[in-house]
Amino acid sequence: MEEQYMNYTPQDFKSDQEVRWCPGCGDHAILNAVVKALPEVSKQLKYNLERYVFVSGIGCSSRFPYYVNTFGFHGIHGRASAISTGVKVANPTLSVWQITGDGDALAIGGNHFIHAIRRNIDINILLFNNQIYGLTKGQYSPTSPLGAITKTSPYGTVEHPFRPGELVIGAQGKFFARSLDVDVKLTAEIMVEAAKHDGTSVVEILQNCVIFNDGAHDYIADRENRDDRVIILRHGEKMVFGKNRDKGLILSGLSLKVVTIGQGGFTLDDILVHDAYNPNPGVHMMLANMEYPDYPVALGIIRNVKDSTYDDNVRDQVLEVMKNAKIKSVDDLLNSGDTWEV
Amino acid sequence: MDKQKNVQELDEVVVRFSGDSGDGMQLTGTLFADASALFGNDVSTFPDYPSEIRAPQGTIGGVSGFQVHFGSRKMNTPGDYCDVLVAMNPAALKANDKWVKKGGIIIADVDQFNEKGYQRAGYKTFDAITELNLQDFKVIFAPITNLTKESLKDSGLDNKSIIRSKNMFALGMVYYIFDRPLSFTEKFFEKKFAKKPEVIEANKKVLHDGYNYAANIQAIPNTYKVKEATTLPKGKYRNINGNTATAWGLIAAAEKAGLPLFCGSYPITPATEILIELAKRKDLGVKTLQAEDEIAGICTAIGASFAGNFAVTTTSGPGLSLKSEALGLAVMTELPLVVVDVQRGGPSTGLPTKTEQSDLMQALWGRNGEASIVVIAASTPSNCFDYAFMAGKIAMEHMTPVMLLTDGYIANGSEPWKIPNMKDYPEIKPPIIHEGTEGYQPYARDEERLARGWAFPGKKGISHRLGGLEKDFIKGTVSHDPLNHQRMVDIRAAKVKHVQYFIPEQQVIGDPEGDLLVIGWGGTYGHLYDAVSEMRANGKKVSLCHFNYINPLPKNTPDIFGRFKKRVVCELNMGQFVNHLRMNFQEFSYLQYNKVQGLPFTVAELVDRFNQILEGK
Ligand SMILES: Cc1ncc(C[n+]2csc(CCOP(=O)(O)OP(=O)(O)O)c2C)c(N)n1
Ligand code: SF4
Ligand SMILES: [Mg+2]
Repeated sequence: MEEQYMNYTPQDFKSDQEVRWCPGCGDHAILNAVVKALPEVSKQLKYNLERYVFVSGIGCSSRFPYYVNTFGFHGIHGRASAISTGVKVANPTLSVWQITGDGDALAIGGNHFIHAIRRNIDINILLFNNQIYGLTKGQYSPTSPLGAITKTSPYGTVEHPFRPGELVIGAQGKFFARSLDVDVKLTAEIMVEAAKHDGTSVVEILQNCVIFNDGAHDYIADRENRDDRVIILRHGEKMVFGKNRDKGLILSGLSLKVVTIGQGGFTLDDILVHDAYNPNPGVHMMLANMEYPDYPVALGIIRNVKDSTYDDNVRDQVLEVMKNAKIKSVDDLLNSGDTWEV
Repeated sequence: MDKQKNVQELDEVVVRFSGDSGDGMQLTGTLFADASALFGNDVSTFPDYPSEIRAPQGTIGGVSGFQVHFGSRKMNTPGDYCDVLVAMNPAALKANDKWVKKGGIIIADVDQFNEKGYQRAGYKTFDAITELNLQDFKVIFAPITNLTKESLKDSGLDNKSIIRSKNMFALGMVYYIFDRPLSFTEKFFEKKFAKKPEVIEANKKVLHDGYNYAANIQAIPNTYKVKEATTLPKGKYRNINGNTATAWGLIAAAEKAGLPLFCGSYPITPATEILIELAKRKDLGVKTLQAEDEIAGICTAIGASFAGNFAVTTTSGPGLSLKSEALGLAVMTELPLVVVDVQRGGPSTGLPTKTEQSDLMQALWGRNGEASIVVIAASTPSNCFDYAFMAGKIAMEHMTPVMLLTDGYIANGSEPWKIPNMKDYPEIKPPIIHEGTEGYQPYARDEERLARGWAFPGKKGISHRLGGLEKDFIKGTVSHDPLNHQRMVDIRAAKVKHVQYFIPEQQVIGDPEGDLLVIGWGGTYGHLYDAVSEMRANGKKVSLCHFNYINPLPKNTPDIFGRFKKRVVCELNMGQFVNHLRMNFQEFSYLQYNKVQGLPFTVAELVDRFNQILEGK
């Protein structure tokens, strides 16, 4: 009975609810990646199914909790980070997963998002970035590129977008990873690591909205070009990419630079080795900010740094204070301090 | 010490300490109140904070006051007008002289009544007595600053610390007038400055010198004796203010339910002290989360409630506005949650440090959709404990958000409180779903309370999904069915309405029938009580019906209302409760008495108004 966590299959995590995303929506692939990852997470962390809680805000992506067979909470727009923070502090033994969209997390919920990260509360945030408001049918979002033409920007947006990775690391994020909806294997692999990381893990998943922003990520998602336009980072491995694995990243001055191995005197030895565990955010920030065509887009775990977590600190402080406390009950409390007899 | 003065006996006295924000008047007043309580008087206090936090020194805006009402009977209010006013500077005198009884004593620090002092306080002349018309008062101009300097010249303290001690000189003078022992206050110094013996000595010296000075001058003809209160029930007492009582009541509810207490909150005057007190109580396992805003405060609490803690969020009016949407989520998910709103003057930022009862409609209705919740109100500093406890009990047993309304006046006011025993409080038994419950349905209800079950994540076999979308009547899955929606709206309202079978009947103070029923709710209790008592002592057929349960209202309310010829609803807003009554009990007509000045009622104005009503005016 106790070893249930050894034997889960993806099917165990699928709920009986009809999945209502549009056919072809990237969210389907992400759901597949999650139900694929959870048996592995369970095995590695010895989690039974009842330990999982999926919390979301509002948006197409936020319907997610209905489609997994775990405890779930479909919140209100923007507030998922606050709700999941409360769940985790109330019961730190739970494995809390937050599902949120680019509008949910970065517009209306921006404040809660950065503060959850700053506190380093141990939750896993899956940020579905389709660069559009899907549920409300196609208005621009805080990640829509400058000039994007949408229903509320018929002449193109005039505002600069957030780069989620930059925001996360700027808010002192300790774990940031990026994946592509279509790469279910990579997404699942990242999720296992996100679950294993103690502290806030943010996974940005570039997701296609077939209806309102179709093809937004095609320039890297297409199989044709993907290998030349993305780099998959793995801790301890050389930052090499390209169909022929002949391109790499070096540090040139204070910036990253793309070089071709065997050209211009560069050899494999010159190529940077990815150190996701380095507390210094400098290189991680540069990697998170790389944009095509100057750079490949970084996928994989960009930053994965250990630090104390909010929920552990809360628990430890309470235990510490309780250990030496003179007041052990409400009756003690009521009778503490100055009192007198009448 | 010269003790040949006349000693006069009094039943009750009001003293008001006032000075610049930096003069330590809150501490001085608190020490005087504590000394009186420990001496055996009953006490009611009213801290009147400056409306501007960083007002320039010496100006009216920066005046801080603390009123203490003490006596040998039960004190229900801090008193309308004071017998003794301490004014540490010209601004304090100008801001407070209207609160002194005719013929009362005013002690003023003459050293501050210089050109600069007068100008900063906006006087037109350099003669306060004439300008403020104080000829009929006993004004004692004492050189408090200079005598404090003289007293401490050999203390080794620096000049700033010496001048800061002048409030203790003034306190010593007041102790002399009311024949109070100094020992309680000396003990306070010993505790507070345990590591600084020179500061203990200096404070004791100034206190004694103030006392002796008052004994030696001829200006004080009498001293007064206010005997111990003999009508108080026997037992062990302590002082308590409303915010602390609220915090402790919430902890008590958590203890009774056997669940951890979680508070998500964002600081805001005058509610912050609840968060401060709860943050101290890690010794009792309390978890506090100082959120990034009020929305996060309530949303973390909702998350914590879902996960099986007794969750609360504390705020004042502007913060409550921010919580509206999430409160609707708690209504929809039918999770226990206590929202404490310590009301202050509004709208907008309004009068942050002043009291008002103007959030009632927001509490009752301030949400989108049909979103009824339970609303209750505490009415004295100490019964904030009981109503916070009851808010928790109702929230957890009925699976609903409960709003607890207090206000700046009872939150900051304090009174002696007979320490209760937790074994005398009722049990709290939330409908917690056990692991592996067969056929668990998230929205199945018990018949008595119409409450659904509370199923904590982490327990096997009962995983389910909640959310803000409309729920299926039984399964709790998303439902867009029109008739299901109607049914859910009905049952949520009925669940709240059902709470009326679990609350005490409404009481009447005075006869059960008569000419006039005075109706109030929340923090105005003390003033209404004293006004009604005064009228009854004069043979008037007046009774008081004071509400703590606002929604739902007690079942017997209309029976009470029907037995009086007239009803007057008194509240510190423009008529929010009276309209709630008009909605609920349309068969009656209601008169109103409303005041929105950021101040409590005075007993005098209430008595005037009630007399007018009785005379048919
Ligand atoms: C308080 C509030 N404001 C606005 C909305 C409307 N609304 C719902 S989802 C949404 C944006 C969704 O975009 P995103 O978070 O990117 O999620 P997606 O649908 O793209 O997955 C908006 C504006 C709402 N539900 N609540
Ligand atoms: S609107 Fe876009 S994001 Fe929403 S379900 Fe359809 S494809 Fe997916
Ligand atoms: Mg989106």
